[in-house]
Amino acid sequence: MAKKEEGKVIDELTSSEYKYGFVTEIESDTFAKGLSEDVIKAISAKKEEPEWLLEWRLNAYKAWKTMEEPNWAHVDYPTPDFQDISYYSAPKPKPELESLDEVDPELLDTFSRLGISLDEQKRLSGVAVAVDIVMDSVSVKTTFKDTLAKKGIIFMSISEAIKEHPELVRKHLGSVVPVKDNFYSALNSAVFTDGSFCYIPEGVLCPMELSTYFRINESGTGQFERTLVIADKGARVSYLEGCTAPQRDENQLHAAVVELIALEDAEIKYSTVQNWYPGSKEGKGGVFNFVTKRAVAEKNAKISWTQVETGSAVTWKYPSTVLKGDGAIGEFYSIAVTNNFQQADTGTKMIHLGNNTKSTIISKGISAGKSQNSYRGLVKIAPNAKNARNFSQCDSLLMGDTCGAHTFPYIEAKNSSSHIEHEATTSKISEDQLFYCNQRGIDTEKAVALIVNGFGKEVLNKLPMEFAVEAQKLLEISLEGSVG
Amino acid sequence: MLKIKDLKASIDGKEILKGLNLEVKPGEVHAVMGPNGAGKSTLSAVIAGKDTFEVTEGTIEFQGEIINELAPEDRAHKGIFMSFQHPVEIPGVTVTNFIKASVNAKRAAEGKEDLTPGEMLKLIKEKAAMLELDRKFLSRSLNQGFSGGEKKRNEIFQMAVLEPTLAILDETDSGLDIDALRIVANGVNNLKSPNRSAIVITHYQRLLDYIVPDFVHVLFEGRIVKTGGKELAMKLEEKGYDWIKEELKANN
Repeated sequence: MAKKEEGKVIDELTSSEYKYGFVTEIESDTFAKGLSEDVIKAISAKKEEPEWLLEWRLNAYKAWKTMEEPNWAHVDYPTPDFQDISYYSAPKPKPELESLDEVDPELLDTFSRLGISLDEQKRLSGVAVAVDIVMDSVSVKTTFKDTLAKKGIIFMSISEAIKEHPELVRKHLGSVVPVKDNFYSALNSAVFTDGSFCYIPEGVLCPMELSTYFRINESGTGQFERTLVIADKGARVSYLEGCTAPQRDENQLHAAVVELIALEDAEIKYSTVQNWYPGSKEGKGGVFNFVTKRAVAEKNAKISWTQVETGSAVTWKYPSTVLKGDGAIGEFYSIAVTNNFQQADTGTKMIHLGNNTKSTIISKGISAGKSQNSYRGLVKIAPNAKNARNFSQCDSLLMGDTCGAHTFPYIEAKNSSSHIEHEATTSKISEDQLFYCNQRGIDTEKAVALIVNGFGKEVLNKLPMEFAVEAQKLLEISLEGSVG
Repeated sequence: MLKIKDLKASIDGKEILKGLNLEVKPGEVHAVMGPNGAGKSTLSAVIAGKDTFEVTEGTIEFQGEIINELAPEDRAHKGIFMSFQHPVEIPGVTVTNFIKASVNAKRAAEGKEDLTPGEMLKLIKEKAAMLELDRKFLSRSLNQGFSGGEKKRNEIFQMAVLEPTLAILDETDSGLDIDALRIVANGVNNLKSPNRSAIVITHYQRLLDYIVPDFVHVLFEGRIVKTGGKELAMKLEEKGYDWIKEELKANN
């Protein structure tokens, strides 16, 4: 394609609007901005939490105050003013829901615009998906709770779990991501407000997809959610989270912590479709997405992370797996798309502690506009981990010549019987590919979508089927107008 | 069907086509032969609308409409198909998905609904059988790791599915063994009809044993300098192009 034409297509692609940028007019109970011990006590009181949790939060806050914001990622942004954020915001009144009729119609409308059905009768593509909905700081609704409870599965907001299953929460909270793991995990531990909790009992295969939908609505707030998924021995679960936020000129902070625990022979598949508001074409506003996600896999357990990252102004995120037990398996499949002024520094850590552990990393980065897209990954083989195996593949696709793709692979192999393979490629969509498609009647925009979907196919195929189509569309929308 | 008048085209300021004239009527098969660098591939790319070439003079008329300014996809929708000499790879996009996208793009341009999955499957199966392509082939990534013969069979498979009004075969025979050549030619011949035409660009007379042309043109230095029947192709095969150069010199 000629330069002129290329510029035109890039303009068209980048001009597409963020679909989820609307704001719901709903009365909220929002704390004044600022962070202090009193604010944390107020959050804890609001949520009627037990004493141990308040103490845990206050300890985290103390630790956080001594820590510094990390700056090693390949991203550039102004440090958030942590006193200029409200740490609690809930749609009012806090709904104690028995049936849908009691849900605020404004909320129902919000989620139907987001394509999320709160109606248990309406099933997505004929498949039942249980959803926990978190708006700003609180969970507003969890569907299919009763159906799941019959199998002994606990699926509820973490606030409820703290009240109803304190022993489980207390035992596992912070066990995978310690409070002091990093600056944002410490902050999250101090101020987290809600999130999802899920426990699958021994030997139970969860009969439906579990899903949490996160929505930031209020301005001036941060979202600090906490998710804890525990699969007991031999249990199996597939879990999906989705996220959107209104379009705002300010940057909003989202600092989540996700902990997964897969006991012996258990399997957790955790998929993310991250579509936080990415900021304007000029790079104004957008969500700062600083997330810590980690899993522990015991003997012969399997953890599979799949992520489709299209949103956020700045992303800093490394869903990781500690392969603790012998024969544990860790997988990481990622597509990260950046356009305009977005920046993403994402990847994974595979920590091999057990013998015969195996990990696979497939990362696909797509950069367009003036964005920067980095893969950062660590493969670590402990001295005692015999016959550990890793395969990593990092592919980057560049669109236009004003964006950047970077790969930072770190390998620490302390056991000589390990086997590590790393492959990396960088490619561009070529004029010849576009002309070939054009000649077959496929216009340039569709051709780009086709090529990008082909590029990301290995990862898209790993998504639960109900969401794969959605994710494909999301990729197309994110890149609309972006290519040459 | 196709009327090319005084066509001049250049790339990066270098003129390749220097006043080319060619008329193809419905139902006709035209062969274009010529030495390397004569402008054969440029001709097919310019008809298909590749915009790295600049048309500086002349017109391309297709079914009564000047198409000089039309985008390549619009030309494709009107029924122009080009079989590429070097088909590109598109990793992760299967042969099936690609042809689906192509068929439905054309239908959309015609204001028609997408084919149902059942109809699409039937169409694809039928044409794949004709080109002796199996199911496994259809689920491979487009042109990735294909042999030369597989690439060309895939091109003709796409042509068979799309049923173009005008097919341009750009050196489709290069790199084909005799079996593949037969399969490809069979695919082209099956498409023959009184209202479809083809331009066959080739170096060798061999393909013309299978796809019999109504006219043979010699393209030399950006112009068509000689036109004849099939016997012209035989003569070129036998004697090369030097005698044409001599003739041209004598005429000047």
